[in-house]
Amino acid sequence: MECTVRTEGPYTIVALSGEVDLYYSPKARENILLHLNKKCNVLVDLSAVSYIDSSGVASLVEGFQLARSNKADFGLVGVSHAAMQVLQLARLDKVFPIYSTVAEATANK
Amino acid sequence: MDNGNPILELRFRSRADQLKDMRCAVRKAIEPLGFSADDAQCIVLAVNEACMNIMQHAYGNCQEGDIILEIFDQPQAVLFRLTDFAAPIKICNIKSRDLEDIRPGGLGVHLIQQVMDDVEYQNDPEGIGNTLLLRRRKR
Repeated sequence: MECTVRTEGPYTIVALSGEVDLYYSPKARENILLHLNKKCNVLVDLSAVSYIDSSGVASLVEGFQLARSNKADFGLVGVSHAAMQVLQLARLDKVFPIYSTVAEATANK
Repeated sequence: MDNGNPILELRFRSRADQLKDMRCAVRKAIEPLGFSADDAQCIVLAVNEACMNIMQHAYGNCQEGDIILEIFDQPQAVLFRLTDFAAPIKICNIKSRDLEDIRPGGLGVHLIQQVMDDVEYQNDPEGIGNTLLLRRRKR
């Protein structure tokens, strides 16, 4: 798994790629929480995620909860088919704000 | 008991860095069995979740134990058998949690149950280890 961070408009984008599993998800979690703790609005870009398991999903849930307590924005952008499948199985696809693009997220802000 | 035609036997350490190779092996093994790409992805996810549960709960994140994964091709289904050598787990404690309670963690059992048609936990009769049987019907 790779994790890169960029800024677009009002958002810090944490982009994950590859397989987000038990071995790699701590790195994803660290990056998501780091920027939320800086009071950034965070979008997690899942467009290049080919696999994600419950530990990866847990990182996203933790980010969602921290953002809510910090009154920051948090969402998912460009969710890959593989990632969406897992979110649907976990019944979380209706919980996270999910956007096709950062522009869509910005327009909805 | 005839489990079916064995198509994979893999033994690996109870370490998270072993999961990627395990998933590759499972994908390759089930590829000829006719599952759709989505179903195959879900099957790999469920087997991965089962391995994670063994690592985290049966072995308590101790990385010294082994996990044996066997896959059997049956006429109407595929059977996955996962064996560990940890202390016997309390099978009655294994349950899916309330998904309305949005919180990180605890999704593994639910994901396995969503994907697999049959899930059976067994303690070793001699008190060493546990076996998990997962069965997915061929649609």
